[in-house]
Amino acid sequence: MMDVEEERLCLFGIADCSLLPPTIMVRLITHNLLACHAKDCNANNFPLQFKDVKLEFREADFNPDFLKGFMPKIEWKALVDTARELGDTSLPLEQPEMLDDDFLKNLHHVLLEIHVEEGSMTCPNCNHVYPISNGIPNMLLAEHEIG
Amino acid sequence: MIPTPDLSHLTSQDYDQVYEPAEDTFLLLDALEEDAKNLRDINACVCLEVGIRLCLELYWKNSWPFLYLCTDINPHACKCTVLTGKQNHIDLNVVNGSLVAPFGTRLANNVDVLLFNPPYVPTSEEEVSDAQLSRELGGSWAGGSDGMRITNVLLGRVEGLLSPEGRFYLVALKQNNVPQIVDTMRQKYGFLGEVVLQRRAGREHLFIIRFVRESKNSSS
Repeated sequence: MMDVEEERLCLFGIADCSLLPPTIMVRLITHNLLACHAKDCNANNFPLQFKDVKLEFREADFNPDFLKGFMPKIEWKALVDTARELGDTSLPLEQPEMLDDDFLKNLHHVLLEIHVEEGSMTCPNCNHVYPISNGIPNMLLAEHEIG
Repeated sequence: MIPTPDLSHLTSQDYDQVYEPAEDTFLLLDALEEDAKNLRDINACVCLEVGIRLCLELYWKNSWPFLYLCTDINPHACKCTVLTGKQNHIDLNVVNGSLVAPFGTRLANNVDVLLFNPPYVPTSEEEVSDAQLSRELGGSWAGGSDGMRITNVLLGRVEGLLSPEGRFYLVALKQNNVPQIVDTMRQKYGFLGEVVLQRRAGREHLFIIRFVRESKNSSS
């Protein structure tokens, strides 16, 4: 079944995604910042759960200073749990105090090199499903779902 | 001088559905270029662009490392942006959503640079509602009777989003009443606003207003 948004896209003839390359995606750095915002869904609405994902790995430039600066903004448990669900067990359960190169390389890989191309993200609280298509998370809500 | 990204993959059909980079976009880019040193000084690490116009990352590439997030309500704009990233060999973090809603409270006080080039053109109220609902091109300009309908929604969210040293750059039109925007931000939310650039482009008189928290006045 098409959702409202897809239907709308088809109406306007812009659902043809054949132009899009297969290598655009949601990275875990973005996923770690997305939360459900459906009407009345204010608690336990993070992290969104990946489902039916198609993964791809692509190298990114390693920048330890960026990672150190970004670390305080990460919800650590959500990142580790999500990475493990996707098969990457390289990160420790607790954020380490000593940031050695091995750790930073693992963090770099998890945040920036694992790409979710297709699939969906489900809210753990209200079960709202946010589709990912062509690598773009669709976080739009229908009018009646907006809080 | 910042090199212009390669946009050769976009066709006139795309421009029927998404906003083509124009004077307002370049004015914002110029303002950011002038502020680049300051942004480095505050160790800007997360940049959020609401309503994709600029996609700064395309211009600055990897000149310094930050996470660049952009949201747009128009799905076609998102797709074109991602394609543009691909064309220029850059992985962009594009989210199809309304203003800052997709991030819930996760970005609370975590945004170092917030950019908003809003739908600022004064139109009928009906036109702005239709444009937002249809999620099409009109959403990128239709701004209601004073052109502030959508901007006002975002102004209410800035305080919750910006990091202590964070900066908010807003594009405005003369008709939006720039002094009033600055007053509102100061009185309601405690932000100091300053016009950092202005330019006439055809019939439009455009402004870039930069806001910082009042207590951080000295850093600018």
